[in-house]
Amino acid sequence: MELTLSLAIGVLMASGVYLILRPRTFQVIIGLSMMSYAVNLFLLAMGRLRMDAAPILTTPAGAVTDYADPVPQALVLTAIVIGFAMTALFLVVLLAARGLSGSDHVDGREN
Amino acid sequence: MDGVNHLPILPILISLAGVIVNLVLGDHRRGRHTFAVNLVISSLGLCAAIVLFSALARGGAIAAWSYPLGAWPVPFGIVLVADRLAATMVLTTAILSLAALLYASARWHSRGSHFFTLFHALTMGLNGAFLTGDLFNLFVFFELLLAASYGLALYGAGRNRVRAAMHYIVVNLVASSLFLIGMALIYGTIGTLNMADIARAVPLMREGDRGLFEAGAAVLGVAFLIKAGSWPLHFWLPNTYSSAAPPVAALFAIMTKVGFYAILRLWTLVFGQGAAEGAVFGQDVMMALGVATIAYGSIGALSCKALDRLASYLIIVSAGTLLLAVAYNEPAVTAGALLYVVVATLAAGALFLLKDVIDQMLPSEAQVLAVSLELYGDEEEEADDDQEVGPTIPAGTAIVGWCFAIAAIVMAGLPPLPGFIAKFAMISGAFQATPAPTAMTWWFTGALMLSGLLVLVAMVRNGINIFWASLPDGEVVQLRRQELAPIIGLLALCVVISLLAGPLMGFFLDAVNVIHGPGVYAGAILPGEAQP
Repeated sequence: MELTLSLAIGVLMASGVYLILRPRTFQVIIGLSMMSYAVNLFLLAMGRLRMDAAPILTTPAGAVTDYADPVPQALVLTAIVIGFAMTALFLVVLLAARGLSGSDHVDGREN
Repeated sequence: MDGVNHLPILPILISLAGVIVNLVLGDHRRGRHTFAVNLVISSLGLCAAIVLFSALARGGAIAAWSYPLGAWPVPFGIVLVADRLAATMVLTTAILSLAALLYASARWHSRGSHFFTLFHALTMGLNGAFLTGDLFNLFVFFELLLAASYGLALYGAGRNRVRAAMHYIVVNLVASSLFLIGMALIYGTIGTLNMADIARAVPLMREGDRGLFEAGAAVLGVAFLIKAGSWPLHFWLPNTYSSAAPPVAALFAIMTKVGFYAILRLWTLVFGQGAAEGAVFGQDVMMALGVATIAYGSIGALSCKALDRLASYLIIVSAGTLLLAVAYNEPAVTAGALLYVVVATLAAGALFLLKDVIDQMLPSEAQVLAVSLELYGDEEEEADDDQEVGPTIPAGTAIVGWCFAIAAIVMAGLPPLPGFIAKFAMISGAFQATPAPTAMTWWFTGALMLSGLLVLVAMVRNGINIFWASLPDGEVVQLRRQELAPIIGLLALCVVISLLAGPLMGFFLDAVNVIHGPGVYAGAILPGEAQP
């Protein structure tokens, strides 16, 4: 599971970095989304990877070791919300830039 | 007494109220009514900041004022912390935002929609970032202020603004990802996000986790350096700042200082205790980056022909100066840096506003002439016999000229204004700290002094071009009182600060004792915990 997750994070991040270095605004926004997915998975992984751990204690006498760390989940939730908002905002700016410059190049002109 | 305890959250709540009121009022009514409401809100914010500042200045025993949100016990719940450093930054924000708001109400607020809403959202994010005592909450407030700043950077639209803002947004979104990665690494190794708790837990960390933790701190540091405008991560800054609307750019003058603040806060908290065992983590890198930033900013300032770009490069110079001061990690130097951050922010804000006033004064042909003079050299000036007695300078021009001169003196750090006092305090602190000055001391001193000279040259050259070479004679320039007042206010405040420098430095030394003293900050926030 560790290997799968770390591979997923690595591939997403690498693709994201590659894409934000591309000259087209559409590639940049897809790259930013991929980077934020990678970061969210990474945040989740930092709460220790555990299989079959409950987020709440089911029995009154439940041991703390059976308990999944809720903090990373709260962090990821917030980060996802903020990430979506920022991506949406960037999309609007991207469209505005496309409309004003007539080009989807990040510098606003082709060459 | 119960009411007083809510003081740390007031600056955030007042700005939030500003956002809500402006949304409810709507954007279609842009009369004196709206202006009065926003003026009241910003003044209230200033009052809250002053009360917070003076409460911390008076209460010598209170090192830091913690305000647990929702009354959750501290390491688990999110906490707001007001110490002297935070109070200083909040007060600076309040002063600068009131001035920018006054300026914007003269005419800029009607150039687009929802100016005041975004404006208050930005101050809310700034206040929150300064007051929070929790790493993730810092991220949330960062995003809040950035979201508002995206809107404000685009304010007034236009092709240049959109292009600059797009680069700005991409860079900051990447920085936010880095912020999250760094924070996640710190949480993974330390198991807490409360800054005071991190400071407590660092010495107790398992040796095997140390590398991962430092990697997290380094990634976080890169994110902060991007926001602080450090070389080589500053490339978005000049374009964004010089294409933003003037009152917005004035408020942006404090945004790079958020990066400085975050670095100072975390670095002194987390790595401050390690200072005894030799070099602090990343100190050399920060020194080198600081010197490079100052060098780049100074040279950039020399190359500028337009005042708004010059002001952006001056922001980079001040960012470099502050970075150097943090890297020096010496209480006396940091105290000087705190004075510097206040006056440099106020003066840079005034300069952005002043640029707009000068633009109104100068006819556009004169500006083109000034640039072409630079490019092609003067044609031989024909001596005009009729004009041996120069034209009298109108009062408005004289005032603007004086404002420019004061801003130049503050930014270059010449006596008697506080820019000099702050730089002097930093340099004398650096020399007092070590008995034998090291190479680092000389780099520090040299960078500070040389940047002062280069900034002075750049400012004087621009001033000569603006006020001597290209002012139209005879024409009466109409300057709005509402636009001139905030500029004069900000610069007058700089002059007042130089008169009050003694007590202020005492206050800043107290502030520095809280942030540099091991365990003082953590002890104030985590009561009952054994301090290392």
